Amino acid sequence: MRIKADTERCIGAGMCALTAPKVFDQSEEDGTVLLLAGEPSPEDEAAVRRAVQVCPSGALSIS
Amino acid sequence: MTNALPQPVTLPLSRENRVDPPQDLRRWREEGPLRPMLYADGHVGWLVTGYSAVRSVLADSRFSTRLELLHPPISQRLQQAKKRPGFFLREDPPEHTRFRKLLTGQFTVRRMKQLEPRIQKITEDRLDAMERGGPPADLVRDFALPIPSLVICELLGVPYADHDRFQRDSSTLLNLDTTPEQAQEAIEGLATYLYGLVVRKRSEPDDALISGLVSTGELDDTEITGVAMLLLIAGHETTANMLALGTYTLLQNPEQLAALREDPSLTESTVEELLRYLTIVHLGPVRTALEDVEVEGYMVKAGESVTLSLQAANRDPERFEDPDTLDIRRQAMGHLSFGHGIHQCLGQQLARIEMRIGYPALLRRFPGLRLAIPAEDVAMRSNMAIYGVHRLPVAW
Repeated sequence: MRIKADTERCIGAGMCALTAPKVFDQSEEDGTVLLLAGEPSPEDEAAVRRAVQVCPSGALSIS
Repeated sequence: MTNALPQPVTLPLSRENRVDPPQDLRRWREEGPLRPMLYADGHVGWLVTGYSAVRSVLADSRFSTRLELLHPPISQRLQQAKKRPGFFLREDPPEHTRFRKLLTGQFTVRRMKQLEPRIQKITEDRLDAMERGGPPADLVRDFALPIPSLVICELLGVPYADHDRFQRDSSTLLNLDTTPEQAQEAIEGLATYLYGLVVRKRSEPDDALISGLVSTGELDDTEITGVAMLLLIAGHETTANMLALGTYTLLQNPEQLAALREDPSLTESTVEELLRYLTIVHLGPVRTALEDVEVEGYMVKAGESVTLSLQAANRDPERFEDPDTLDIRRQAMGHLSFGHGIHQCLGQQLARIEMRIGYPALLRRFPGLRLAIPAEDVAMRSNMAIYGVHRLPVAW
């Protein structure tokens, strides 16, 4: 699984950091998404899918 | 749509069954995700009740949130309200972005987590005071309202000693029976107070958020006043009502309450489920189409307003199984109680932490917590923009 995060779209709501904290963090400056792992480990994949689903701005995609 | 549309409805406010959405909303959602709605100014727009339709409109930039474009769903007051600089909830990008990006860094998951020890202390102090003064106690006055108020005051750098003043004004603004004149007076009162505070921060800066905004140099004092007003109102009325109404709801569902007492690891899912189940922002939000947009087979024309019923969406069986049952074990994340799209609640991670600390601390302190009056005598906030209970007398 590969994750793409669009920091232009991101509104810093923090839903990804809340849902999959091992994979996502937020910038201290403007709260936008930081990818801790571009390719999450298999045990984090379910959480990443949930994070993509709950992202309010559609800033996350997986392939 | 080739099918004839039903006659326009008006937005129902009263929850017949206290915590469940008005029954009309449920019936209408079963008939279709959108239907024509009559607005308070005579405009015929739309009411959206289906989860996927609500979510898609909130994420769609072809719908605007600008105050001057919105028709009032229930009272003329919304339309008559003056536009205020810094009230960025009512702005579209790029104006909205200019404000929001200055603030998001202050409300990250991590920043909010750092507040945990302080919120725990505030919570325990309130519980101490409750224990000394009762039983009985009014859970709203003694617990649910002061905790988020103290927290947001500290975060913004607003003296809590002034809370009587801003709580009165914000309560006037949220009361749906308020006349336009009273609303204007409350808004001016709040604005004058906060403007004075912003000016003071220029000469006496502190570490809190308002000072931080002053020091960026990116906003003028009137804009900072608007931002402060928005955060102050949103920061305490919402969580306060969740804490009180959530406690009421748990007390009315003793087997769920017992499960939570038994297993505190259910706290996080309980908070999400209460957010979904209760959906205290029960009047909107409202958007207006900037161009013709097709939403799930319905044509919303440019200039038409849509009212998005979060409470109907959060009880949509297409999205949540057995939606009318409170189930603290369910995966309720994905509910729309904080909204969706670019205007999704800025303070949601703070609200979550306040609730994740508040409910279990209250239950730990008072193992015999119960209502001190019959449940049917608890007065519900049907006349307020944020739902909840006016008072919640409890004993232990």
